Amino acid sequence: MNRDLRQLVFSVLLLAVTGACTHKPPVSVAAAPTAFGAAITEVSGGKQIAPSGALLDQPVVVQVNDAQGTAVSGAYVEFRGPVGVAFDPAAGLTDSSGQFTSKVSLGGAAGRYHFTAATRDKGGKIYELKLEAIALDYQQGLGRQLSQQYCARCHDPESTPERVSNMDNLATKPHAFSDGETLNRISDADLVSMISHGGAALNKSAEMPPYGYTLSKGDIQSLVAYIRAIADPPYPQKGLVYAKN
Amino acid sequence: MVLGLAVAGWLLMAMRPKLGLVTRLWSSDSARAFGVMSVVLLLLLAIAPAKNHFSEWRHYQNQYRGLIRSRADAVSLQRRLQPGIQQIWMPEYGVVDRCTTCHVALMEASLADVSTQPFRVHPPIPHKLTEFGCSTCHRGQGAATTVEEAHSSTKAWEQPLVPAKYIESSCGQCHLNNLAGTPQLNYGRKLLAREGCVRCHLVRQPDGTQMTGTDAPPTLQHITQKTTREWIYAWIKNPQAYSPTATMPNFGLSDDDARDVTAFLMAQSTSIALPGLSDAKPAAAKSSPDPTAGASLYGESFCASCHAVQNAAGTLVGGDLGPELTKIGTKAKPEWLGSWLRNPGAYDPETRMPHYRFSEPQIATLEGFLAAKADPDFVANVHLPDATAQQIAHGKALVNEYGCASCHAINGIRRPDNFAPELSRVGSRPLAQLVFAAGMRHTLPDYLGAKIRNPRSFGPSLKMPQFGLTAQQVDALTTALLALTDRAQSQPPALRIAAQPESHYDPAGPAGQLIRDLRCFSCHQINGRGGDMAPDLTWEGSSAQPKWLADFLKNPNTLRPALTRRMPKFNLSESEIKALSDYIMTAYQDPAFERDSMPASYAPALVEQGRQLFYSKYACQSCHIVDSAKDKGYVGPTLSQVGSRLTPAWIFQYLKNPQELRPGTIEPNQHLSDDDARALTAYLMSLTGKQLKTHSATTAHTQQEVGR
Repeated sequence: MNRDLRQLVFSVLLLAVTGACTHKPPVSVAAAPTAFGAAITEVSGGKQIAPSGALLDQPVVVQVNDAQGTAVSGAYVEFRGPVGVAFDPAAGLTDSSGQFTSKVSLGGAAGRYHFTAATRDKGGKIYELKLEAIALDYQQGLGRQLSQQYCARCHDPESTPERVSNMDNLATKPHAFSDGETLNRISDADLVSMISHGGAALNKSAEMPPYGYTLSKGDIQSLVAYIRAIADPPYPQKGLVYAKN
Repeated sequence: MVLGLAVAGWLLMAMRPKLGLVTRLWSSDSARAFGVMSVVLLLLLAIAPAKNHFSEWRHYQNQYRGLIRSRADAVSLQRRLQPGIQQIWMPEYGVVDRCTTCHVALMEASLADVSTQPFRVHPPIPHKLTEFGCSTCHRGQGAATTVEEAHSSTKAWEQPLVPAKYIESSCGQCHLNNLAGTPQLNYGRKLLAREGCVRCHLVRQPDGTQMTGTDAPPTLQHITQKTTREWIYAWIKNPQAYSPTATMPNFGLSDDDARDVTAFLMAQSTSIALPGLSDAKPAAAKSSPDPTAGASLYGESFCASCHAVQNAAGTLVGGDLGPELTKIGTKAKPEWLGSWLRNPGAYDPETRMPHYRFSEPQIATLEGFLAAKADPDFVANVHLPDATAQQIAHGKALVNEYGCASCHAINGIRRPDNFAPELSRVGSRPLAQLVFAAGMRHTLPDYLGAKIRNPRSFGPSLKMPQFGLTAQQVDALTTALLALTDRAQSQPPALRIAAQPESHYDPAGPAGQLIRDLRCFSCHQINGRGGDMAPDLTWEGSSAQPKWLADFLKNPNTLRPALTRRMPKFNLSESEIKALSDYIMTAYQDPAFERDSMPASYAPALVEQGRQLFYSKYACQSCHIVDSAKDKGYVGPTLSQVGSRLTPAWIFQYLKNPQELRPGTIEPNQHLSDDDARALTAYLMSLTGKQLKTHSATTAHTQQEVGR
């Protein structure tokens, strides 16, 4: 019996040692806040679009303000998001201008990722800022590439150093691709038809040229997938619609 | 798992005395013993079916049945569900994938709203899953039938799933060309060639070609003529302090090492005869650099097409083909600047900078303008004693040790072979061969990322220098490296999609000499060779009218007033212009159509018909300007003088199929009838710019060249 007991003790010890040896990820401990705010606002980096799993092009910058709207430095900010979204760093204190910057990478599945940046006041009350980013799958990503090459000059109101927006030069203003109010109401087949045959063939502005002889069918489908992915308000999820019982 | 083993071990040890009992029992009552053993054996036999019954995949398939039960298309979903272990087998690829055993709904489009794994629908890709398998792209152990073993994302397995971030690397195993859908992979490959990686690391592509650098590291053979030892010292200590966009990495040299390297570089430098450097220059031309004249000459010569300068706000303005010039006056000696502007090829035959035909006063003006762009603080604190022979010898040893000659031409140092580890199969490197730094996740992508981001984090004595790369660039490079797998190298060549073959086109004769001297290939592509900054000139002889081409070569400033990146004025002589334009008109013709097959002028009725088509049916004015007072379109080039620029046959062919003549142009193919195309050609040929004022009303500018 005594021997059994010894063996039991030995096994438990073995167990304890193996347990202690397993790798534990280091837990980041943020410094204690030196100040508290009463509001949190977005400075930049909201509503970005990136391939699934990728790092967002721009870091997300938030600012903590006090009740008077003045920036607060040294306030604690924490980012939280669904599984797959990674923040670098996930928590920390605001800098001298009251801002906190985090590099965000999205999860591996395409779709909309909602995440929050939060701060606390002295009483522990939590102020939350809701943020969103859109992850694109392969087809939507291809659509984005094509859109930037062929469509964005007219359909994107923003100019960049490489590309001046032509939107204001047109007699009929094109719809921005994110204009869900309008584009969500147009069926996939109609969008494909507009892109392929141009505006004139569909009794719309001739300023929209036909792309059916320039782009392949797959390319045009990718463009539609991209338009659906970035729609604001979001395009209703594909799939069967069920009768409510 | 550990707990189970420990308990089993304890039980076995504890049971040892009892085993004696069994043997005693056997000898005393064999019938009873036989009964006991039968029961034990029966129990043991039951383990296998029990394990099968409680297996993970069966659990997921049952869960899936529950999920689809309440859906409208439950019957068809149920019918398509294949129970049991499923397998995609591709012998030629060595792929045995049982992933579809649990991932049962990969191709069920009606389940697009389901976001729980393993029942998610696979996003649309250009390949059929049943023909390409899963582990081909996602890696992992395809034959495994448990979650842990198949994904092995938690352990240092040889083949864990590749994170979504790097998934484009899998495309690159077969696709050696650039795909529109893989921007990250394309960028990574470009960076491998541009950031100097392939100058030290051998990267042999699966098709056998070796990747070569597309950057242009300068020769150091005559460095004393170009710059001072103090500048070299400050530069190699921290290149990014001189120019944030510098490609040269930081080797983290100590003060003494940097001193000795500069001592050696100065000592190995030889002098060569440079244009204008030896002869006494007119004093007047040299002494009075006029800043306004310099700035306007810098602008007129379109130096900004290739070189960037920091503006007052600290942002870089200009191209990135040549080095940043913000502090060029600190780096280059004024007399060297002058000789370089006279003929860059005399100092560095490999340079991409064209040989401008500047006049002596122009050189003096530009030399003064550039020399004034100085930041004395950069070298203010550098005080170097005279070099000793010992320092020079030590410097030479350091230059060999750090492989400087992998990039730069240096006298007395041979370009080292296999200086750094070969990366041709780095995407399949076994984890057992890697030495991870403390605190790192033990996966290959993490290892590669960390190695690129901060090489010396693996040990301060490592030779690989610190590159100033952004997080996105590190991810892109990791993706490109992960594509270099064993599978990519060893698969049948028929499965590969070939890369764009490298062109070694070299124009012949005196015109070819001129084309090389003017470095046309730095910006233009001809017959597959050259840069992509300016239009492809392969068919230029078919598209341009001879007189226009000659005028344009003489004074290129007239074509696109609003572009920031433009063709520089080379100040060519009449005979040079004639040689060049004759050659272009003869050699660069599209064999698909006859250049002079269409008349240059048309009946007014046809011109009017074309005008109406232009403005109403095809609304060309949404992108092109003909009448700058009325038209506003700003996507394509201005067409107000197109009738004296392009040939009618080219216009006609181009309207019929733009992508045929200029692959990738965004001009849409409108599928025009011959009649419409002829009418539009008639209208465009009537636009010679003579009756219209050509003043451009647009103030916007674009750097993107659009096909003409």
